[in-house]
Amino acid sequence: MAHELETAAEPQKLRRIAIDPISRVEGHGKITLLMDDDGHVQQARLHIVEFRGFEKFVQGRPYWEAPVMVQRLCGICPVSHQIAAAKALDHVVGAVPPPPSAEKMRRLMHYGQIVQSHALHFFLLSSPDLLFGFDAELDRRNIVAVAERYPEVARRGVALRRWGQEVIRHTSGKRVHGTGAVPGGINKLLSASERDALLAEADQMISWSKAAVELAQKLAAANEREFAQFGFFRSSLMSLVRSDGGFEFYDGLLRGRDEEGAILFDGVRDQEYDKLITEEVKSWSYMKFPYLRARGREEGWYKVGPLARVQNCDFMPTPLAEAERRAFVAAAEGKINHAPLAYHWTRMIEMLHAAELIRELLDDPDLLRGETMGSGPRGRSGVGIIEAPRGTLIHHYEVGDDDLITMCNLIVSTTHNNQAMNEAVREVARRDLDGRRITEGLLNHVEVVIRAFDPCLSCATHALGKMPLILELVAPDGARIDRKVRNA
Amino acid sequence: MNAKRKLRVATVSLAGCFGCHTSFLDIDERFFELLEHIEFDRSPLTDVKHCGPCDIGLVEGGACNAENVHVLREFRERCKILVAVGACAINGGLPAQRNHLDLGGVLLEVYQTGHALDRERALIPNDPELPLLLDKVRPIREIVQVDHYLCGCPPSADAIWKFLTDLLGGATPYLPYPLRHFD
Ligand code: SF4
Repeated sequence: MAHELETAAEPQKLRRIAIDPISRVEGHGKITLLMDDDGHVQQARLHIVEFRGFEKFVQGRPYWEAPVMVQRLCGICPVSHQIAAAKALDHVVGAVPPPPSAEKMRRLMHYGQIVQSHALHFFLLSSPDLLFGFDAELDRRNIVAVAERYPEVARRGVALRRWGQEVIRHTSGKRVHGTGAVPGGINKLLSASERDALLAEADQMISWSKAAVELAQKLAAANEREFAQFGFFRSSLMSLVRSDGGFEFYDGLLRGRDEEGAILFDGVRDQEYDKLITEEVKSWSYMKFPYLRARGREEGWYKVGPLARVQNCDFMPTPLAEAERRAFVAAAEGKINHAPLAYHWTRMIEMLHAAELIRELLDDPDLLRGETMGSGPRGRSGVGIIEAPRGTLIHHYEVGDDDLITMCNLIVSTTHNNQAMNEAVREVARRDLDGRRITEGLLNHVEVVIRAFDPCLSCATHALGKMPLILELVAPDGARIDRKVRNA
Repeated sequence: MNAKRKLRVATVSLAGCFGCHTSFLDIDERFFELLEHIEFDRSPLTDVKHCGPCDIGLVEGGACNAENVHVLREFRERCKILVAVGACAINGGLPAQRNHLDLGGVLLEVYQTGHALDRERALIPNDPELPLLLDKVRPIREIVQVDHYLCGCPPSADAIWKFLTDLLGGATPYLPYPLRHFD
């Protein structure tokens, strides 16, 4: 079932429908559908249409530049890339782990990132679909219409996002592309006044996060059948967990479960990720397709992100989020919940957890004083893995004796979900579009399921590792200067 | 100001990271104030897929492929005022780091030596759905005429706010020194 509808036998005979660009997501992607004369879907694909080349051009740069370079992969979750790179390079400067104050500042920054990114996604990008319906008129499907009809929802979303961004500003210096996390530690502690400014709003933000979980749950309950079936497919799950099985955003061990929930692997160290995962390339997308080596290409794909994390851990170590996790698990009656739209509910549980973690951490005096940098025996390579807002994020670097980077491999969250998103698109195409007259509203159904994953197609287009067979040099005025055809 | 027609604004990210859009949203609650004076056309915040006639077009990112060029031209045609927002749109930014490398050679090299790739399936993407790459990442002014430049990576929310409110008020946008001072 995994690759049904991926490739039609005779594409030239089919009618092409493109959703281009996919809107209300971050980054650049499109969906194409090929339909036969009877309106049956024969092929459905999610294409990532851009690439930028970060893995290549950080080579030859001094390793300390990497965290500030790679964060420009994504302006929505720059903190994730900065921290993953810093964690990987902690191995190079011999600071594993970095001093407690450094780790706590990084954690604080990262939790702020989770709050702002999840709030952005749920309130500003996805809420119109959930509040007005998937088929709502085009001009209502945006935050402006939400602000008119449900001003409180919109205002809370903006406020939660602001608070998360303020956590980032106070820990990294700027809201977007700051410099807080560096190889070996951090370059800034928190001041008492910064702490107090964040604390002043913490309880309010926790209570609004809790209300957001309730809203997500209520929207799901109001339309239970549809939410359960929409884009439904089964897959295994992967995320970091703590060594005691607890939920973890910043540092831990890799755990995977199969579609039934049985443990596939557990306790895998970050440095060993490449023994676990490999990546396949497909001709029609710039985004690679990772899979678990042990399960092979056909069976080895999995999903990451909130829906995977909340079900992969044994518990969440803050009280309000743990209560919500239990409610979520109870609603699935002991089974794994695979419904893509359940991403929204779990995403809000995570936002609540992050808000609670921030509140807890702000009382820690280590944020205000202590060592900021660690050092030790010099290493040649390092892997840093964190749970970014959208899922497991892997950075891997090798560094020469001259301090220059010689190798960089990045597997970003959205890439892990590549096959899963393609599955969801095909499922929606099969169930909602097949044999029907295609309307604009119906096409939005396909986007709704993609949005559930909160894909960051901006992050996912970093790789310079695949090329079109035809290279053309195009002048700024559009004229073709040169064209090279390379035979595979 | 209320009686006035709302200005129509389109925004797009070409070869950018969405950080400039993030910074735009960092105007926080001022966003609601802005909504009293503007309406959105194509933007990552709406489902409008093609830019219609607009007063202001905000472009993030340079051009790295043929599709970027196409979208950019569409913006230029339909927006009265076109703004290059951020380092990538202005000079290519970080993605332009690839400009000193030979694209074809580099692609081939990385494709063959990429870490932890499934070697049997390290095939070369080649599909009419994938836009052709430009040889270099281009600043948008090399392709269309640009009316304003907003510097920064990204420009701060305060800079974006000042710029937009100047325009909305009918003034020539001016950023005082603190809003042009970085890091
Ligand atoms: S200028 Fe900076 S923030 Fe804006 S798109 Fe480019 S890298 Fe991102």
